[in-house]
Amino acid sequence: MSRDKDRLLNILLVSPSILAVIIFVYIFIGWSIRVSLSKWKGLTADYTWNGISNYLELFKDPRFHVDIRNTLIFTGVFVVGSIVLGFILAVMLDQGLKGEGFFRSLFLFPMAVSFIVTGVVWRWLMNPATGSRTSGLNLLFSYIGLDSLQNPWHTTPTWGMAAIALAAIWQMSGYTMALYLAGLRAIPAELKEAAQIDGANSFQVYRHIMLPLLSPVTLSALIILGHISLKVFDLIVAIAGKQYALDVPAIYMWQVTFDGLFYGKGAAIGILLLISVAVLIIPYIRYTLRTETEQ
Amino acid sequence: MRFNLRVGKYWLYIPLVLMAVFYLLPMYVMLATGFKSFAEIDLKTMWNLPKGIAFDNYVEAWKNLSPSLKNSFLMVIPATLISSALGSLNGFVLAKWKFKGADFIFPFILFGMFIPYQSIMIPLVQFMRSVGLGGIPGLILAHIIYGIPITTLTFRNYYASLPHELLEAAKMDGADMLGIYRHILLPISLPSFVVVLIWQFTSAWNDFLFAVILTGNEDWPITVALNNMAGSQIIAWNVQMAGSLLAALPTLLVYIFLGRFFLRGLLAGSLKG
Repeated sequence: MSRDKDRLLNILLVSPSILAVIIFVYIFIGWSIRVSLSKWKGLTADYTWNGISNYLELFKDPRFHVDIRNTLIFTGVFVVGSIVLGFILAVMLDQGLKGEGFFRSLFLFPMAVSFIVTGVVWRWLMNPATGSRTSGLNLLFSYIGLDSLQNPWHTTPTWGMAAIALAAIWQMSGYTMALYLAGLRAIPAELKEAAQIDGANSFQVYRHIMLPLLSPVTLSALIILGHISLKVFDLIVAIAGKQYALDVPAIYMWQVTFDGLFYGKGAAIGILLLISVAVLIIPYIRYTLRTETEQ
Repeated sequence: MRFNLRVGKYWLYIPLVLMAVFYLLPMYVMLATGFKSFAEIDLKTMWNLPKGIAFDNYVEAWKNLSPSLKNSFLMVIPATLISSALGSLNGFVLAKWKFKGADFIFPFILFGMFIPYQSIMIPLVQFMRSVGLGGIPGLILAHIIYGIPITTLTFRNYYASLPHELLEAAKMDGADMLGIYRHILLPISLPSFVVVLIWQFTSAWNDFLFAVILTGNEDWPITVALNNMAGSQIIAWNVQMAGSLLAALPTLLVYIFLGRFFLRGLLAGSLKG
């Protein structure tokens, strides 16, 4: 009797949320796919079948090629930079120094700030002006006698995205630090000590014992950061606005859809983004839930 | 006992302090510039300390941004409260009530947390238009629904970690599911609520993508207003710096006072812990 009542109640409790997710995630994805296969261009919806033409057009589109190049540069610099920096910071903070908590909070605080704020500030730090108008980091370099480091940052041809990735590393490396720190804390102290007694020097301990033990953390960081960089949008808008040279799929999608009203093409970009994210995330979710059941 | 690098550990303060400088540089520029008077503003003296404390920039930034700060609060508060409450209920049911398909449904909910919103954006805008939900109410709805996966995940993990005996004992006493939730789980869920509330508050406050497609200039939240202010030629960079601090302040304060819970939310978001 009361079992049935409980069951009914449970269904009533979760079904609105589940229904909302089904509609707003899965039905909307289906709807987007349908739009991407249509000729819809203009203010009124037009679902005339267009096959995969929008996708084919994108693959031939030079702007989309720039997007792919930029995404690859951004992803490479951002993911590798955040992981290496985050790991080094975590190892340093794992040494039991005084003030550890202070440094940890400091390295992590950019995570609390929006990409827009980061972008607006970094845009002035990465001011590319030269000569007497030099400012920002370039000016700072000249103060400390490192003029050779002065560079045009995000206005560098081809590699400008690497400068944007630097701002993203500033924002997110504290996050990888936190992941690695949690991982290091989970390694039993005996193991670290055993390695030490064994005569392995500290570098070797970290290289040959900690790093392999931390590979699940590295995997998480790779996937989380990787999927963030595929979606990067606000940071670039705030630093550079909508420039062709610094275009990425998310910005292209936004412009082609809401400025250009070419809904079919915009939807196709959205779906391609979804596929690239799904390739990373679906195996990751399966892997995480499987490890969870095993425990 | 903690393991120490052989060379002694105190030299580590050198790289740590250098890194601290790197993380603080943008903060320094934001603060130093914000407090300079208009007369002192020159890109060439960007790194100099202000000669005195002036509020010109903040007054100017406030004039531009106060309506959108208000919009952000109007949007963030209901979005945060409702999505956290829903997450708690869902997490409870998914963790403690083993029904057929619970394990099947969960990964599908989780996936919703990672999707690029570009892939649902056109339907979302069409939907909002067709039901007449524009501006802030539409934005609230979007944050609630797309917040369900992460809030559900955090609560589910927490409730699943509680000993089963706790519930069994209550069941013996004749408590029904809702009674168990209200009298046993809810009172001990406070830390999880703090984690989830902070997480939702931060992500809704910092969101730009939903805001820029769902709101017009009457109801822009702070991220959109700040970005537009920074993009305009009329507003000087010093005012932009002051505006950035205004935009960052609410989440920074939450971070400063409740950092521990913020960290737990971060780790939960990567499906860990």
